[in-house]
Amino acid sequence: MTATFTDRIDIALTVNGEEVEARVPAGRHLVDFLRLDLGLTGAHASCEHGVCGACTVRVDGQAVRGCLMLAAQADGADVWTIEGLSDNGSVSDLQAAFVARNALQCGFCTPGMLVAAADLLDAGGAPDRATIREHLSGNYCRCTGYEAIVDAIESVARARTDGGAA
Amino acid sequence: MNSPFGNPNRPNSYIGKTVPRPNAKRLVQGRGQYVDDMVLPRMVHVVFVRCPHAHAKITGIDATGALAVKGVLRVFTGADIAAVCTPWVGTLAHLKGLKSPPEHAIATDRACWVGEPVAAVVATSRAAAEDGAALVDVDYETLAEVTDMMTALDQATPVLHPEMGDNLAFQRRHDEGDVDAVFAAAHTVVEAHFQTGRHTGVTLEPRSILVDWNPGEGQMIAWHATQAPHMIQVVLAQHLDLPESRVRVVCGDVGGSYGIKVHIYPDEIATAAIAKIMARPVKFIADRLESFTTDIHARDHEIWGRIAVDKDGKILAFDIDDWTAIGAYSVYPRTSAIEGNQVVNLCGGPYDFKDYRAKTTVVFQNKTPTSQYRAVGHPIAVTVTEGLVDMAAAKLGLDPVEIRRRNLFADDAYPVVSPAKLRFEGLSHHASLDKLIALMDYDALRADQADAKSRGVVRGIGIASFIELTNPSPFMYGIGGARISAQDGCTVRMDPDGSIVAASSVTEQGQGTEAMLSQIVAEGVGVLPSEVRIITGDTQSTPYGGGTWASRGAGIGGEAALQAARALRGAILEVAGAMLQCAPDTLDIRDGAVVDKADGADRMPLGELGRIVYFRGDTLPKGLPRELVQTRHYTPADYPFAFTNGVQASYVEVDTDTGAVKLLNHWCVEDCGRVINPQLVDEQIRGGIVQGLGAALFEELHYDAEGQLLNGSMADYLVPMAGEMPDMIIAHIETPTLESDLGAKGAGEAGTAGAAAAVMNAINDALRPLGGEVTAMPFTPERVLRGLGKLTD
Repeated sequence: MTATFTDRIDIALTVNGEEVEARVPAGRHLVDFLRLDLGLTGAHASCEHGVCGACTVRVDGQAVRGCLMLAAQADGADVWTIEGLSDNGSVSDLQAAFVARNALQCGFCTPGMLVAAADLLDAGGAPDRATIREHLSGNYCRCTGYEAIVDAIESVARARTDGGAA
Repeated sequence: MNSPFGNPNRPNSYIGKTVPRPNAKRLVQGRGQYVDDMVLPRMVHVVFVRCPHAHAKITGIDATGALAVKGVLRVFTGADIAAVCTPWVGTLAHLKGLKSPPEHAIATDRACWVGEPVAAVVATSRAAAEDGAALVDVDYETLAEVTDMMTALDQATPVLHPEMGDNLAFQRRHDEGDVDAVFAAAHTVVEAHFQTGRHTGVTLEPRSILVDWNPGEGQMIAWHATQAPHMIQVVLAQHLDLPESRVRVVCGDVGGSYGIKVHIYPDEIATAAIAKIMARPVKFIADRLESFTTDIHARDHEIWGRIAVDKDGKILAFDIDDWTAIGAYSVYPRTSAIEGNQVVNLCGGPYDFKDYRAKTTVVFQNKTPTSQYRAVGHPIAVTVTEGLVDMAAAKLGLDPVEIRRRNLFADDAYPVVSPAKLRFEGLSHHASLDKLIALMDYDALRADQADAKSRGVVRGIGIASFIELTNPSPFMYGIGGARISAQDGCTVRMDPDGSIVAASSVTEQGQGTEAMLSQIVAEGVGVLPSEVRIITGDTQSTPYGGGTWASRGAGIGGEAALQAARALRGAILEVAGAMLQCAPDTLDIRDGAVVDKADGADRMPLGELGRIVYFRGDTLPKGLPRELVQTRHYTPADYPFAFTNGVQASYVEVDTDTGAVKLLNHWCVEDCGRVINPQLVDEQIRGGIVQGLGAALFEELHYDAEGQLLNGSMADYLVPMAGEMPDMIIAHIETPTLESDLGAKGAGEAGTAGAAAAVMNAINDALRPLGGEVTAMPFTPERVLRGLGKLTD
């Protein structure tokens, strides 16, 4: 590893609504920073190639791969992980639907899956199943076969749309 | 004998109902605790230096550069580890003739596949250990590699392990009847060559272990992502020279396993050895390249199959010649011969015929070892069997459904012994097929297919019947000499507040083991499932048992839980009878309260009984038993295995210009006996199907002729994504096993067993009118175009 990667960089950001200041190696990935330095272990490192989506977190309102972004790049950013999204209740309907529909088995993909699902639903409307499936194609699940996940997201989309109309 | 769980109005009727999983809420909040989430004081990280060659002599290791990296503490060679860790041999006595040389945790003088560990670097951080590993200078002298399965036994091919004499690891032949004579006289004979692609399980959580050795206590604790904690306990103790009682294996949340995490891996045992040497916690988490090069592979088979039928399509005989290459070592302790052995056992499984010959030839090669992955051997056997059945039907002009109806074991034929000498207690092939045909509306689908054809759209329907091995008795591993328990136990206790705790030796990897146990215990005792807390995955605090593999958790672990819960119920009622001055058999427990059995009138909440027993035992008659902790064990004894059955159907569309296959719909009707939690069973089937669909269309590990893995990342090795998968319609027939009160058989592998075969038959149904056929998985666009004769170079 070249010295550049081990250079330390000062960053200041907001994580789950709390201000964080840290000094990180330049080569530290965002997901490792969240997991190792902040103890936020909800996002998981799995493929480490940006393919599987298990590390998905929300950065400045966007669903982002925690394994493809460096912590240094998050300087000044507003980062939300599954822990913060659980605490503030913003995905509670999705979480309840995932539990009710058993849209998770081992749970390893679930935090990333929920961030991706929230990203889709926050765009508004009630996406159809094909759209939901397409949106989730960056998030692998090896246990469920996806159908239960699609069901759960579809039910929340409908409930949110109906609720909005009422 | 079964208990009457069929009456939905019985008290405490939780068995057979969908109840929520107690652990799901925590997981959706990101509060799971997987091994990599754990941090211990003084913990260090190990990273392995891995052989870049398929076959090489290790002539020197220079760790100077690595040791100079800040944070690197130690570098271990194979010899360093061998000083504290004995090698193992992956054979079992009942697999006669199986041979494999001793395998070390870290290669000592020779490495036999790309990815085999040759050194270990320990550092204070994972990053430093990786930096150090890159600087370990290993000198290799490359050796001739064996990479082609079909020439592995040729005279001209080098012998991979000279001391073994040849490259043959195992061979088994099963002969029943006079196969040659039957084929010679048969009205119609069809033969074909099938291939299943070498693939792997791709657990999203990579293999993970954290081991601490505390010399002060003389105890080793391994936090391990595993399916079989007690098996790991035995192996660590045996090879690190510790008493079994001084090894504790803890299995918390596991991020997917599918059979990948039920084996002994050299790097994991080396991690434990290093913990013992350094006397501090050592963590190993495989990265994704390591997952692809060192997780067990599976399904690398070539099969030549023949079927003989009479003029009416009655199956007369199967003749199967299976070949598989298992890598450089037979995997310890379950071996790498079970998969081929299963192909011999399972071909022709659903059908009533007489003459059967099958042979498996298992060879060594310089690739990643293969072993048991979900539905071990089943997808291969089902593909060959169902492929041949469809080809025979086509040759006779019979509908695929009709030929199955003429040959499946009759639903009233049981008990029966198959030509492969499998004993079936009770299956429901015809009822399952009838239900499938109704579900998919077969005639309407055929009409849709014809309508599509008239529009130039090529569609096909494929059907695959199958059997699945579940609830294995000691005949699976125990008789071969392995200390792998076929028995499971459950301890159920009532605490003073009337709540229930159940500790079980079967483990949870997401299937819903804890939910299943909680509803069985709730029904058995008479409380709400939410009042039952479940403990699994700790060799120190649960009864001894096998764990969760081979679709055994519900059938074996569930029965132990039911018996323990009923025993506790009896113990509670004995105390209640003394307190209420009435006969215990006039009382019942419902929804957490003691009631009159006759009219359900409330007598006493369990919390009150708990208060008296635990804090005012002086008020109870002296000598009254008050054992509110009960343990029961269960192991199947009447049958070696509880076979289940099912049938799947696939509807596909083939683009004959691009070769792309689109999955339009998928159905499965299966019979796992008593369904304990319908939702969880359905989701096991769906998840299993999708792993089978991956095998059918996408998944294959590619090697070059030098034994280099070419697609070791998730970007290159394709697994099913949400956008490509169909919705799946699942239904059940219930034929409970009569061996247990619960009546449950396994459901974890049925989906995987039959999905790929159904897709193959659907593609071939689509291609047949065009003169095309495919039999080599995965059915990539290229292979479909070749099957159509559109690509010939």
